[in-house]
Amino acid sequence: MASVATVDRFAIEPAAREARVAWLLALPAIVLLFLFILLPTLAVIVLGFTDFELGYAGFRFVGFENYAELVSDRTFLRSLWNTAVYTIIVAPASIILALAIAMLIEAETRGRAFFRTVYFLPVASLLVAMATVWQFLFHPTIGPVNAFLATFGIAGPNWLGASGTVLYGLAIIGVWQSVGFNMVLFLAGLTAIPRELYAAAQIDGAKSWFDRFRLVTWPMLGPTTLFVTTISVINSVKVFETVKTLTEGGPNKASEVLLFTIYQEGFVYLRVGYASAMTVVFLAILVALMFLQYRVLDRKVHYA
Amino acid sequence: MITTSLSMGRVARLTVLSLGALIFLAPYIFMISTAGKAQSEIFSSSLSLIPQQWSYIENFSKALSRVSMSTLFINGVIVCALIFVVQVVVAIPCAYAMAKLRFQAARTMMLLVMIGLLVPIHATALPLYVAFDRLSVLNSYLALVAPFSISVFAIFLFLQFFRAIPDDLIQAARLDGMSEAGIVVRVVVPNAWPAITAFAIFSVVAHWNDLFWPLIVVTNQDYATPPLGLLYFRAAEAGDDYGALMAATLIITLPLVTAFLLAQKRFVEGITMTGLKG
Repeated sequence: MASVATVDRFAIEPAAREARVAWLLALPAIVLLFLFILLPTLAVIVLGFTDFELGYAGFRFVGFENYAELVSDRTFLRSLWNTAVYTIIVAPASIILALAIAMLIEAETRGRAFFRTVYFLPVASLLVAMATVWQFLFHPTIGPVNAFLATFGIAGPNWLGASGTVLYGLAIIGVWQSVGFNMVLFLAGLTAIPRELYAAAQIDGAKSWFDRFRLVTWPMLGPTTLFVTTISVINSVKVFETVKTLTEGGPNKASEVLLFTIYQEGFVYLRVGYASAMTVVFLAILVALMFLQYRVLDRKVHYA
Repeated sequence: MITTSLSMGRVARLTVLSLGALIFLAPYIFMISTAGKAQSEIFSSSLSLIPQQWSYIENFSKALSRVSMSTLFINGVIVCALIFVVQVVVAIPCAYAMAKLRFQAARTMMLLVMIGLLVPIHATALPLYVAFDRLSVLNSYLALVAPFSISVFAIFLFLQFFRAIPDDLIQAARLDGMSEAGIVVRVVVPNAWPAITAFAIFSVVAHWNDLFWPLIVVTNQDYATPPLGLLYFRAAEAGDDYGALMAATLIITLPLVTAFLLAQKRFVEGITMTGLKG
């Protein structure tokens, strides 16, 4: 009896000790995770049901009133629409361009490092600063873009100053800024494709460049493309820096985007409750995009 | 068959790549060129690149006198360094416990990490701002750093990396009488340098560039980070003094771009390793 008990104690004690150490090591992370991520997320959901405004003492629960207001809030709807348009332009353009550039660089033996550096440079540049440079490039009268167009006899638009073109202007900056990031991921994906597959495809009659792309490159890049797509879409939905720096949502709310509207309502007008409801919509969009990614991941890309 | 089409293909390829490169570099070229032009010249000839009369000194001294660039850089360095150090010190022990120790909560933690990966600062900013306002800690390094002290992405990245460290190595260290904390510091960290470097690049690039959070918690120039400082400079710069503005953007872009050019390989590896983050 006694000996069994001692054996047990020896067996359990190190395990219990290890568990205790594990808790201790993870404790700071757990505390901070609750403090700065989980609780604030819960709080934003709760605040979305209140009329809380910073500077006023109390607040009351208003149920779905904020959400009812959102549905008919023209600025908010406009901002959802603009965010969607921006995303629909920037995400596909930056993915396709990045893939094309990555394939061209991969096929080239010389100058690889140079081209990779050049296309990646915008990722390492301060976006607020480069947005300022783009503002100059896009200047309607003294900007090089329109001066360049003028040499072909084209009268360039007032890119960032007209409501018809402002989203396209911002989209161009967005594409320019994100292509390099996607390209690096595609380059990593391309390097991982075994050379033999191309040889095998060639033997099987894939003669043209396009056949090889269709039969080998594209399917083998599946997982990379999915990741790049998710990242690009999420980053486009999160567009903020360029809008805040260059247009402040204008002219005429033509460049109001989701995060800028939230920023404006919450941190400028201090309508925290209402802005929280907007934030919940923003979070719901992110969650929906993630689910979409998992579903595609489950169904389509099984090449690994 | 391949050799004959190669030269033609290469010419086409190099042409396309070079043209693209020129377009991608154009903003930098015009930035450098415009930073040296006088106001009158900027308004007359916009496509000539070389300034007729060099106004670099004038534009740069304007840029340096209106906003204290050194304050901005010092703030940027302090904030990025604090964020990175705290993130790593918090995340590494946690990831080690999840990867290598008998830790009942590991599965729950994994779920929380996955939820955390989904929640950007933009979603938690409102409650955090209200809390920081109540605690009167707005306009401080604390406010700039605290929300980023926990990086679930770091936990996620290190966890994957630590799983690959052989158990025998850790067991051997235990038999040598090392404590678990000692193992983290002397066995795990030295083995995880590639992951730590990759995360460092990811973290510094993200927070050096971040405008959203500093814009919210900082209203005092003394705590402005580089992006916020540039915003102030733009606001102070009434009208279209593009020469000074380009000089300011040049100064402010330079540090990170230089770092990138010096450590390109690490940057690209870092982005590839950490690129999975949305």
